[in-house]
Amino acid sequence: MSLTRIYGLFLRHFYLITRSFPRVLDLVYWPTIQITLWGFISNFFATHTTYYNNAVGVILTCAILYDFLFRTSIGFNMLFLEEIWSRNFTNLFIAPMKIGEILTSLVITALIRSLIGLVPAVLLTSPLFGISILELGIFLFFLFLSLYIFGITLGILVSSGLLRFGPSFENIAWSTMFLLAPFGCIYYPIETLPEVFQKIAYILPLVYIFEEARNILINQTVDIENIYNAFIWNALYFTLSIILFYYSFNAAKNRGTLINMGE
Amino acid sequence: MKNLIEVKNIKKNYGKKEAVRGISFNVQENEILGLLGPNGSGKTTTIGMLLGLLKPTSGQIFIDNLKLENHRIEILEMINFISPYIELPKKLTVKQNLNVYAKLYKVQNIEERIEYLSEKLRIEELLDSITGELSSGQKNRVSLAKALINEPRVLLLDEPTASLDPEVGDFVRTFLEEYKKEKKISILLASHNMSEVTRLCKSVLMMKNGEIIDQGKPDDLITKHGRSNLEEVFLKLSRSKNEFN
Repeated sequence: MSLTRIYGLFLRHFYLITRSFPRVLDLVYWPTIQITLWGFISNFFATHTTYYNNAVGVILTCAILYDFLFRTSIGFNMLFLEEIWSRNFTNLFIAPMKIGEILTSLVITALIRSLIGLVPAVLLTSPLFGISILELGIFLFFLFLSLYIFGITLGILVSSGLLRFGPSFENIAWSTMFLLAPFGCIYYPIETLPEVFQKIAYILPLVYIFEEARNILINQTVDIENIYNAFIWNALYFTLSIILFYYSFNAAKNRGTLINMGE
Repeated sequence: MKNLIEVKNIKKNYGKKEAVRGISFNVQENEILGLLGPNGSGKTTTIGMLLGLLKPTSGQIFIDNLKLENHRIEILEMINFISPYIELPKKLTVKQNLNVYAKLYKVQNIEERIEYLSEKLRIEELLDSITGELSSGQKNRVSLAKALINEPRVLLLDEPTASLDPEVGDFVRTFLEEYKKEKKISILLASHNMSEVTRLCKSVLMMKNGEIIDQGKPDDLITKHGRSNLEEVFLKLSRSKNEFN
Protein backbone atom coordinates (compact mmCIF):
# COMPACT_ATOMS: atom_id res chain seq x y z
CA MET A 1 0.00 0.00 0.00
CA SER A 2 1.39 3.39 -0.99
CA LEU A 3 0.13 6.35 1.01
CA THR A 4 1.37 8.67 -1.74
CA ARG A 5 -0.79 6.96 -4.35
CA ILE A 6 -3.79 6.87 -1.99
CA TYR A 7 -3.28 10.57 -1.29
CA GLY A 8 -2.85 11.19 -5.04
CA LEU A 9 -6.22 9.65 -5.84
CA PHE A 10 -7.82 11.52 -2.93
CA LEU A 11 -6.42 14.77 -4.35
CA ARG A 12 -7.92 14.00 -7.76
CA HIS A 13 -11.42 14.10 -6.23
CA PHE A 14 -10.64 16.81 -3.69
CA TYR A 15 -9.49 19.22 -6.41
CA LEU A 16 -12.68 18.51 -8.34
CA ILE A 17 -14.87 19.29 -5.32
CA THR A 18 -13.04 22.45 -4.27
CA ARG A 19 -13.06 23.84 -7.81
CA SER A 20 -16.82 23.61 -8.12
CA PHE A 21 -19.28 25.46 -5.91
CA PRO A 22 -22.26 23.29 -7.04
CA ARG A 23 -20.37 20.20 -5.86
CA VAL A 24 -19.68 21.72 -2.43
CA LEU A 25 -23.31 22.78 -2.17
CA ASP A 26 -24.37 19.27 -3.12
CA LEU A 27 -22.40 17.79 -0.19
CA VAL A 28 -23.95 20.13 2.32
CA TYR A 29 -27.51 20.27 1.23
CA TRP A 30 -28.67 16.68 0.86
CA PRO A 31 -28.38 15.88 4.57
CA THR A 32 -29.85 19.27 5.48
CA ILE A 33 -32.85 18.83 3.23
CA GLN A 34 -33.52 15.24 4.29
CA ILE A 35 -33.41 16.15 7.98
CA THR A 36 -35.64 19.19 7.44
CA LEU A 37 -38.24 17.34 5.37
CA TRP A 38 -38.52 14.29 7.61
CA GLY A 39 -38.37 16.49 10.71
CA PHE A 40 -41.51 18.33 9.61
CA ILE A 41 -43.28 15.13 8.63
CA SER A 42 -42.47 13.48 11.98
CA ASN A 43 -43.42 16.59 13.88
CA PHE A 44 -46.78 16.80 12.14
CA PHE A 45 -47.74 13.18 12.71
CA ALA A 46 -46.59 13.31 16.33
CA THR A 47 -48.93 16.19 17.10
CA HIS A 48 -51.85 15.50 14.71
CA THR A 49 -52.37 11.75 14.85
CA THR A 50 -56.10 12.07 14.28
CA TYR A 51 -55.91 14.64 11.47
CA TYR A 52 -56.35 12.16 8.66
CA ASN A 53 -59.17 9.67 8.65
CA ASN A 54 -57.67 7.98 5.68
CA ALA A 55 -53.98 8.66 6.13
CA VAL A 56 -52.77 6.10 3.59
CA GLY A 57 -55.04 7.44 0.86
CA VAL A 58 -54.06 11.04 1.40
CA ILE A 59 -50.34 10.30 1.67
CA LEU A 60 -50.33 8.03 -1.37
CA THR A 61 -52.27 10.52 -3.47
CA CYS A 62 -49.85 13.28 -2.49
CA ALA A 63 -46.92 10.96 -3.15
CA ILE A 64 -48.20 10.27 -6.68
CA LEU A 65 -48.74 13.97 -7.31
CA TYR A 66 -45.26 14.77 -6.00
CA ASP A 67 -43.72 11.99 -8.05
CA PHE A 68 -45.36 13.40 -11.19
CA LEU A 69 -43.80 16.78 -10.40
CA PHE A 70 -40.45 15.13 -9.69
CA ARG A 71 -40.52 13.08 -12.91
CA THR A 72 -41.49 16.07 -15.02
CA SER A 73 -38.72 18.25 -13.66
CA ILE A 74 -36.02 15.57 -13.67
CA GLY A 75 -37.26 14.33 -17.06
CA PHE A 76 -36.75 17.78 -18.55
CA ASN A 77 -33.27 18.05 -17.04
CA MET A 78 -32.39 14.55 -18.21
CA LEU A 79 -33.16 15.47 -21.81
CA PHE A 80 -30.78 18.39 -21.54
CA LEU A 81 -28.11 16.40 -19.71
CA GLU A 82 -28.32 13.56 -22.26
CA GLU A 83 -27.06 15.98 -24.91
CA ILE A 84 -24.12 16.96 -22.71
CA TRP A 85 -23.22 13.37 -21.77
CA SER A 86 -23.36 12.19 -25.36
CA ARG A 87 -21.25 15.18 -26.48
CA ASN A 88 -24.04 16.09 -28.88
CA PHE A 89 -24.68 19.48 -27.30
CA THR A 90 -22.77 21.49 -29.90
CA ASN A 91 -24.50 19.67 -32.76
CA LEU A 92 -27.85 20.66 -31.30
CA PHE A 93 -26.99 24.31 -30.87
CA ILE A 94 -25.52 24.69 -34.37
CA ALA A 95 -28.69 23.26 -35.89
CA PRO A 96 -31.06 25.98 -37.14
CA MET A 97 -33.37 25.67 -34.14
CA LYS A 98 -34.92 28.58 -32.33
CA ILE A 99 -34.68 28.50 -28.55
CA GLY A 100 -38.48 28.33 -28.46
CA GLU A 101 -38.40 25.20 -30.64
CA ILE A 102 -35.84 23.51 -28.40
CA LEU A 103 -37.86 24.31 -25.27
CA THR A 104 -41.19 23.24 -26.81
CA SER A 105 -39.73 19.94 -27.97
CA LEU A 106 -38.27 19.23 -24.52
CA VAL A 107 -41.52 20.24 -22.79
CA ILE A 108 -43.56 17.79 -24.89
CA THR A 109 -41.02 14.99 -24.50
CA ALA A 110 -40.89 15.53 -20.73
CA LEU A 111 -44.70 15.26 -20.56
CA ILE A 112 -44.72 11.96 -22.44
CA ARG A 113 -41.95 10.60 -20.18
CA SER A 114 -43.86 11.64 -17.05
CA LEU A 115 -47.12 10.12 -18.24
CA ILE A 116 -45.37 6.83 -19.00
CA GLY A 117 -44.27 6.73 -15.35
CA LEU A 118 -47.54 8.03 -13.92
CA VAL A 119 -50.02 5.60 -15.45
CA PRO A 120 -48.62 2.41 -13.84
CA ALA A 121 -48.39 4.18 -10.45
CA VAL A 122 -52.03 5.26 -10.63
CA LEU A 123 -53.15 1.79 -11.73
CA LEU A 124 -51.17 0.01 -8.98
CA THR A 125 -52.52 2.01 -6.04
CA SER A 126 -56.06 0.69 -6.54
CA PRO A 127 -55.43 -3.11 -6.36
CA LEU A 128 -52.60 -2.79 -3.84
CA PHE A 129 -54.05 -0.26 -1.39
CA GLY A 130 -57.69 0.14 -2.45
CA ILE A 131 -57.07 3.79 -3.25
CA SER A 132 -57.78 5.68 -6.43
CA ILE A 133 -56.30 9.08 -7.16
CA LEU A 134 -59.27 9.56 -9.49
CA GLU A 135 -61.29 10.40 -6.35
CA LEU A 136 -59.98 13.92 -6.85
CA GLY A 137 -62.38 14.11 -9.82
CA ILE A 138 -62.15 16.68 -12.57
CA PHE A 139 -59.94 18.86 -10.37
CA LEU A 140 -57.24 16.21 -10.65
CA PHE A 141 -56.61 17.51 -14.17
CA PHE A 142 -55.99 21.04 -12.90
CA LEU A 143 -53.72 19.80 -10.13
CA PHE A 144 -51.68 17.73 -12.60
CA LEU A 145 -51.55 20.61 -15.07
CA SER A 146 -50.32 22.93 -12.34
CA LEU A 147 -47.68 20.43 -11.22
CA TYR A 148 -46.62 19.86 -14.82
CA ILE A 149 -46.13 23.59 -15.41
CA PHE A 150 -44.11 23.93 -12.20
CA GLY A 151 -42.03 20.83 -13.02
CA ILE A 152 -41.24 22.24 -16.45
CA THR A 153 -40.45 25.61 -14.90
CA LEU A 154 -37.92 24.01 -12.55
CA GLY A 155 -36.49 22.05 -15.50
CA ILE A 156 -36.01 25.25 -17.49
CA LEU A 157 -34.43 27.01 -14.50
CA VAL A 158 -31.94 24.16 -14.00
CA SER A 159 -31.20 24.01 -17.75
CA SER A 160 -30.49 27.74 -17.61
CA GLY A 161 -27.95 26.97 -14.89
CA LEU A 162 -26.41 24.25 -17.05
CA LEU A 163 -26.11 26.70 -19.94
CA ARG A 164 -24.62 29.37 -17.72
CA PHE A 165 -22.31 27.30 -15.50
CA GLY A 166 -21.73 24.18 -17.58
CA PRO A 167 -21.89 20.49 -16.58
CA SER A 168 -20.81 21.17 -12.97
CA PHE A 169 -24.35 22.46 -12.41
CA GLU A 170 -25.55 18.89 -13.00
CA ASN A 171 -25.67 18.10 -9.26
CA ILE A 172 -28.14 20.92 -8.71
CA ALA A 173 -30.32 19.37 -11.40
CA TRP A 174 -30.82 16.28 -9.24
CA SER A 175 -31.50 18.09 -6.03
CA THR A 176 -33.80 21.00 -6.89
CA MET A 177 -36.92 19.04 -6.04
CA PHE A 178 -35.61 18.03 -2.64
CA LEU A 179 -34.78 21.63 -1.80
CA LEU A 180 -38.38 22.61 -2.46
CA ALA A 181 -39.99 19.55 -0.84
CA PRO A 182 -40.07 20.88 2.74
CA PHE A 183 -41.65 24.15 1.54
CA GLY A 184 -44.08 22.39 -0.77
CA CYS A 185 -46.05 20.98 2.21
CA ILE A 186 -46.55 17.75 0.34
CA TYR A 187 -47.38 15.54 3.30
CA TYR A 188 -48.42 18.06 5.96
CA PRO A 189 -50.43 21.29 6.17
CA ILE A 190 -48.63 24.61 5.90
CA GLU A 191 -49.28 25.36 9.58
CA THR A 192 -46.68 22.70 10.42
CA LEU A 193 -43.91 24.96 9.12
CA PRO A 194 -42.31 27.71 11.19
CA GLU A 195 -43.63 31.16 10.29
CA VAL A 196 -40.59 32.16 8.24
CA PHE A 197 -40.87 29.00 6.16
CA GLN A 198 -44.59 29.59 5.72
CA LYS A 199 -43.83 32.93 4.07
CA ILE A 200 -41.55 31.14 1.60
CA ALA A 201 -44.10 28.38 1.05
CA TYR A 202 -46.86 30.85 0.19
CA ILE A 203 -44.90 32.15 -2.80
CA LEU A 204 -44.64 28.66 -4.27
CA PRO A 205 -47.48 27.08 -6.26
CA LEU A 206 -46.82 23.71 -4.60
CA VAL A 207 -48.40 24.59 -1.29
CA TYR A 208 -51.71 25.52 -2.97
CA ILE A 209 -51.72 22.33 -5.04
CA PHE A 210 -51.11 19.97 -2.12
CA GLU A 211 -53.37 21.90 0.26
CA GLU A 212 -56.14 21.57 -2.31
CA ALA A 213 -55.52 17.86 -2.88
CA ARG A 214 -55.85 17.28 0.88
CA ASN A 215 -58.86 19.57 1.06
CA ILE A 216 -60.69 17.57 -1.63
CA LEU A 217 -59.80 14.21 -0.09
CA ILE A 218 -60.41 15.08 3.57
CA ASN A 219 -63.14 17.72 3.49
CA GLN A 220 -64.79 16.67 0.20
CA THR A 221 -64.94 20.32 -0.83
CA VAL A 222 -63.19 22.35 -3.51
CA ASP A 223 -61.48 25.67 -2.89
CA ILE A 224 -61.08 27.26 -6.33
CA GLU A 225 -58.86 29.95 -4.84
CA ASN A 226 -56.12 27.39 -4.18
CA ILE A 227 -56.16 26.27 -7.82
CA TYR A 228 -56.26 29.89 -8.98
CA ASN A 229 -53.33 30.88 -6.75
CA ALA A 230 -51.29 27.92 -8.00
CA PHE A 231 -51.82 29.01 -11.60
CA ILE A 232 -50.96 32.65 -10.87
CA TRP A 233 -47.64 31.70 -9.22
CA ASN A 234 -46.97 29.18 -11.98
CA ALA A 235 -47.50 31.82 -14.66
CA LEU A 236 -45.07 34.13 -12.89
CA TYR A 237 -42.33 31.52 -12.39
CA PHE A 238 -42.77 30.07 -15.87
CA THR A 239 -42.35 33.51 -17.45
CA LEU A 240 -39.29 34.19 -15.30
CA SER A 241 -37.77 30.83 -16.23
CA ILE A 242 -38.15 31.56 -19.95
CA ILE A 243 -36.56 34.99 -19.53
CA LEU A 244 -33.71 33.43 -17.53
CA PHE A 245 -33.17 30.73 -20.17
CA TYR A 246 -32.78 33.33 -22.92
CA TYR A 247 -30.49 35.36 -20.66
CA SER A 248 -28.37 32.28 -19.90
CA PHE A 249 -28.19 31.38 -23.59
CA ASN A 250 -26.81 34.84 -24.38
CA ALA A 251 -24.47 34.68 -21.39
CA ALA A 252 -23.23 31.27 -22.58
CA LYS A 253 -22.50 32.77 -26.00
CA ASN A 254 -20.41 35.46 -24.32
CA ARG A 255 -18.57 33.10 -21.98
CA GLY A 256 -18.01 30.29 -24.48
CA THR A 257 -19.90 27.67 -22.45
CA LEU A 258 -21.74 26.39 -25.52
CA ILE A 259 -18.53 25.52 -27.31
CA ASN A 260 -16.90 23.88 -24.30
CA MET A 261 -19.98 21.90 -23.29
CA GLY A 262 -19.50 19.35 -26.06
CA GLU A 263 -15.87 18.69 -25.24
CA MET B 1 -15.83 34.54 -57.25
CA LYS B 2 -18.38 35.40 -54.61
CA ASN B 3 -17.36 35.54 -50.94
CA LEU B 4 -19.50 33.15 -48.92
CA ILE B 5 -17.76 33.91 -45.63
CA GLU B 6 -16.76 37.46 -44.77
CA VAL B 7 -15.15 38.12 -41.41
CA LYS B 8 -14.55 41.76 -40.58
CA ASN B 9 -12.28 42.70 -37.72
CA ILE B 10 -13.72 40.29 -35.14
CA LYS B 11 -12.45 40.30 -31.60
CA LYS B 12 -13.27 37.99 -28.73
CA ASN B 13 -12.32 38.75 -25.16
CA TYR B 14 -12.90 36.51 -22.17
CA GLY B 15 -12.64 39.06 -19.40
CA LYS B 16 -9.19 40.58 -19.83
CA LYS B 17 -7.94 37.74 -22.00
CA GLU B 18 -7.96 38.51 -25.71
CA ALA B 19 -8.65 35.22 -27.49
CA VAL B 20 -9.09 36.74 -30.96
CA ARG B 21 -7.66 40.18 -31.71
CA GLY B 22 -9.41 41.76 -34.65
CA ILE B 23 -9.03 39.35 -37.53
CA SER B 24 -10.50 39.72 -41.02
CA PHE B 25 -10.67 37.23 -43.86
CA ASN B 26 -12.92 35.99 -46.65
CA VAL B 27 -13.65 32.53 -48.04
CA GLN B 28 -14.84 32.37 -51.60
CA GLU B 29 -17.36 30.03 -53.16
CA ASN B 30 -15.69 26.74 -54.16
CA GLU B 31 -12.64 27.46 -51.97
CA ILE B 32 -11.03 25.63 -49.08
CA LEU B 33 -9.26 28.00 -46.70
CA GLY B 34 -6.88 26.51 -44.16
CA LEU B 35 -6.77 27.87 -40.63
CA LEU B 36 -3.47 27.03 -39.00
CA GLY B 37 -1.98 27.86 -35.67
CA PRO B 38 -0.67 26.36 -32.48
CA ASN B 39 -3.03 25.32 -29.68
CA GLY B 40 -4.61 28.36 -28.07
CA SER B 41 -4.05 30.55 -31.11
CA GLY B 42 -7.79 31.31 -31.50
CA LYS B 43 -8.82 28.85 -34.23
CA THR B 44 -11.61 27.17 -32.28
CA THR B 45 -12.82 30.51 -30.94
CA THR B 46 -12.99 31.80 -34.52
CA ILE B 47 -14.97 28.75 -35.65
CA GLY B 48 -17.24 29.11 -32.60
CA MET B 49 -18.03 32.68 -33.62
CA LEU B 50 -18.76 31.61 -37.20
CA LEU B 51 -21.19 28.99 -35.87
CA GLY B 52 -22.98 31.50 -33.66
CA LEU B 53 -21.93 29.61 -30.52
CA LEU B 54 -19.84 32.55 -29.40
CA LYS B 55 -20.69 36.21 -29.59
CA PRO B 56 -17.82 38.34 -30.89
CA THR B 57 -16.82 41.18 -28.57
CA SER B 58 -16.72 43.34 -31.69
CA GLY B 59 -16.63 42.99 -35.46
CA GLN B 60 -18.98 41.47 -37.97
CA ILE B 61 -19.51 38.13 -39.68
CA PHE B 62 -21.39 37.72 -42.94
CA ILE B 63 -22.35 34.38 -44.48
CA ASP B 64 -23.63 34.68 -48.04
CA ASN B 65 -24.10 38.43 -47.44
CA LEU B 66 -26.30 37.82 -44.37
CA LYS B 67 -25.12 39.31 -41.10
CA LEU B 68 -24.82 36.51 -38.52
CA GLU B 69 -25.99 38.71 -35.68
CA ASN B 70 -29.34 39.31 -37.39
CA HIS B 71 -29.86 36.12 -39.41
CA ARG B 72 -28.65 33.31 -37.14
CA ILE B 73 -31.27 30.73 -38.14
CA GLU B 74 -31.07 31.38 -41.91
CA ILE B 75 -27.29 31.10 -41.72
CA LEU B 76 -27.31 27.92 -39.64
CA GLU B 77 -29.55 26.37 -42.29
CA MET B 78 -26.77 26.73 -44.85
CA ILE B 79 -23.72 25.80 -42.79
CA ASN B 80 -22.56 22.74 -40.89
CA PHE B 81 -19.65 21.60 -38.80
CA ILE B 82 -17.56 18.55 -37.99
CA SER B 83 -15.10 18.09 -35.15
CA PRO B 84 -13.66 15.05 -33.39
CA TYR B 85 -14.66 16.71 -30.11
CA ILE B 86 -18.37 16.44 -30.71
CA GLU B 87 -20.32 13.26 -31.35
CA LEU B 88 -23.73 12.02 -32.30
CA PRO B 89 -25.95 10.34 -29.68
CA LYS B 90 -24.32 6.97 -29.05
CA LYS B 91 -27.40 4.87 -28.35
CA LEU B 92 -29.18 5.71 -31.61
CA THR B 93 -28.55 3.85 -34.84
CA VAL B 94 -26.73 5.70 -37.60
CA LYS B 95 -29.94 6.02 -39.59
CA GLN B 96 -31.89 7.32 -36.60
CA ASN B 97 -29.23 9.96 -36.01
CA LEU B 98 -29.22 11.05 -39.64
CA ASN B 99 -33.02 11.10 -39.64
CA VAL B 100 -33.11 13.31 -36.52
CA TYR B 101 -30.66 15.81 -37.99
CA ALA B 102 -32.39 15.75 -41.37
CA LYS B 103 -35.54 16.85 -39.55
CA LEU B 104 -33.73 19.52 -37.51
CA TYR B 105 -32.41 20.94 -40.79
CA LYS B 106 -35.82 20.47 -42.47
CA VAL B 107 -34.36 18.35 -45.29
CA GLN B 108 -37.05 17.66 -47.90
CA ASN B 109 -36.29 14.20 -49.28
CA ILE B 110 -34.79 12.59 -46.22
CA GLU B 111 -34.63 8.99 -47.49
CA GLU B 112 -33.06 10.08 -50.75
CA ARG B 113 -30.52 12.30 -48.98
CA ILE B 114 -29.49 9.59 -46.52
CA GLU B 115 -29.20 7.09 -49.36
CA TYR B 116 -27.02 9.48 -51.39
CA LEU B 117 -24.68 10.28 -48.50
CA SER B 118 -24.51 6.65 -47.37
CA GLU B 119 -23.38 5.60 -50.80
CA LYS B 120 -20.86 8.43 -51.18
CA LEU B 121 -19.39 7.89 -47.70
CA ARG B 122 -19.63 4.10 -47.82
CA ILE B 123 -21.79 3.78 -44.74
CA GLU B 124 -24.75 1.86 -46.24
CA GLU B 125 -23.96 -1.19 -44.17
CA LEU B 126 -23.67 0.87 -40.99
CA LEU B 127 -27.10 2.47 -41.15
CA ASP B 128 -28.67 0.01 -38.71
CA SER B 129 -25.65 -0.12 -36.43
CA ILE B 130 -25.56 1.56 -33.02
CA THR B 131 -23.51 4.73 -33.42
CA GLY B 132 -21.59 4.23 -30.16
CA GLU B 133 -20.36 0.83 -31.34
CA LEU B 134 -18.64 2.12 -34.48
CA SER B 135 -14.87 2.45 -34.94
CA SER B 136 -13.29 5.93 -35.06
CA GLY B 137 -13.09 5.81 -38.84
CA GLN B 138 -16.72 4.76 -39.17
CA LYS B 139 -17.87 7.43 -36.68
CA ASN B 140 -15.94 10.03 -38.63
CA ARG B 141 -17.72 9.13 -41.89
CA VAL B 142 -21.09 9.14 -40.11
CA SER B 143 -20.33 12.58 -38.61
CA LEU B 144 -19.42 13.76 -42.09
CA ALA B 145 -22.76 12.46 -43.37
CA LYS B 146 -24.51 14.43 -40.60
CA ALA B 147 -22.48 17.52 -41.52
CA LEU B 148 -23.59 17.23 -45.15
CA ILE B 149 -27.21 16.26 -44.46
CA ASN B 150 -28.46 19.80 -45.14
CA GLU B 151 -26.36 20.25 -48.32
CA PRO B 152 -24.42 23.06 -46.63
CA ARG B 153 -22.97 25.86 -48.71
CA VAL B 154 -20.39 26.47 -46.00
CA LEU B 155 -18.63 23.68 -44.15
CA LEU B 156 -16.48 24.28 -41.08
CA LEU B 157 -14.04 21.50 -40.32
CA ASP B 158 -12.08 21.31 -37.09
CA GLU B 159 -9.36 18.66 -37.43
CA PRO B 160 -11.62 16.42 -39.53
CA THR B 161 -9.08 13.60 -39.86
CA ALA B 162 -7.55 13.66 -36.38
CA SER B 163 -7.14 10.14 -34.95
CA LEU B 164 -7.92 8.46 -38.28
CA ASP B 165 -5.66 5.86 -39.87
CA PRO B 166 -3.93 6.98 -43.12
CA GLU B 167 -6.36 5.09 -45.36
CA VAL B 168 -9.54 6.54 -43.82
CA GLY B 169 -7.85 9.96 -43.63
CA ASP B 170 -7.09 9.79 -47.33
CA PHE B 171 -10.64 8.66 -48.10
CA VAL B 172 -12.06 11.66 -46.21
CA ARG B 173 -9.69 14.12 -47.92
CA THR B 174 -10.49 12.73 -51.37
CA PHE B 175 -14.20 12.86 -50.59
CA LEU B 176 -13.98 16.49 -49.44
CA GLU B 177 -12.05 17.49 -52.56
CA GLU B 178 -14.62 15.88 -54.85
CA TYR B 179 -17.63 17.11 -52.90
CA LYS B 180 -16.32 20.69 -52.90
CA LYS B 181 -15.71 20.51 -56.63
CA GLU B 182 -19.15 19.08 -57.33
CA LYS B 183 -21.19 21.36 -55.04
CA LYS B 184 -18.94 24.46 -55.15
CA ILE B 185 -19.13 24.90 -51.38
CA SER B 186 -16.82 26.94 -49.18
CA ILE B 187 -14.80 25.11 -46.55
CA LEU B 188 -12.88 26.51 -43.62
CA LEU B 189 -10.45 23.85 -42.45
CA ALA B 190 -8.67 24.05 -39.10
CA SER B 191 -6.03 21.38 -38.97
CA HIS B 192 -2.66 20.44 -37.55
CA ASN B 193 -2.02 18.07 -40.44
CA MET B 194 0.18 20.13 -42.77
CA SER B 195 0.16 17.67 -45.65
CA GLU B 196 -3.64 17.71 -45.51
CA VAL B 197 -3.69 21.49 -45.61
CA THR B 198 -1.16 21.61 -48.47
CA ARG B 199 -3.23 19.13 -50.45
CA LEU B 200 -6.69 20.63 -49.86
CA CYS B 201 -6.30 24.35 -49.35
CA LYS B 202 -5.98 27.04 -51.97
CA SER B 203 -4.77 29.43 -49.32
CA VAL B 204 -4.10 29.41 -45.59
CA LEU B 205 -4.24 31.75 -42.62
CA MET B 206 -1.61 31.39 -39.93
CA MET B 207 -2.87 32.37 -36.48
CA LYS B 208 -0.96 32.98 -33.30
CA ASN B 209 -2.06 34.61 -30.04
CA GLY B 210 -5.42 35.50 -31.56
CA GLU B 211 -3.98 37.27 -34.60
CA ILE B 212 -3.42 36.38 -38.23
CA ILE B 213 0.36 36.49 -38.53
CA ASP B 214 0.62 35.47 -42.17
CA GLN B 215 -1.52 34.28 -45.04
CA GLY B 216 -1.25 33.14 -48.64
CA LYS B 217 -1.06 30.09 -50.87
CA PRO B 218 0.83 27.20 -49.27
CA ASP B 219 3.53 27.23 -51.97
CA ASP B 220 3.96 31.00 -51.71
CA LEU B 221 4.38 30.80 -47.92
CA ILE B 222 6.96 28.03 -48.28
CA THR B 223 8.94 30.16 -50.75
CA LYS B 224 8.52 33.36 -48.75
CA HIS B 225 9.86 31.81 -45.55
CA GLY B 226 12.60 29.84 -47.32
CA ARG B 227 11.42 26.48 -46.03
CA SER B 228 10.87 23.17 -47.80
CA ASN B 229 7.31 22.46 -46.64
CA LEU B 230 4.37 23.97 -44.79
CA GLU B 231 5.19 22.19 -41.54
CA GLU B 232 8.53 24.01 -41.37
CA VAL B 233 6.80 27.31 -42.07
CA PHE B 234 4.33 26.51 -39.27
CA LEU B 235 7.15 25.72 -36.84
CA LYS B 236 9.07 28.86 -37.77
CA LEU B 237 6.04 31.10 -37.24
CA SER B 238 4.91 29.31 -34.08
CA ARG B 239 8.31 29.63 -32.47
CA SER B 240 9.00 33.19 -33.59
CA LYS B 241 8.50 36.05 -31.15
CA ASN B 242 6.34 38.19 -33.37
CA GLU B 243 8.98 38.28 -36.14
CA PHE B 244 6.29 37.33 -38.55
CA ASN B 245 7.32 38.32 -42.02
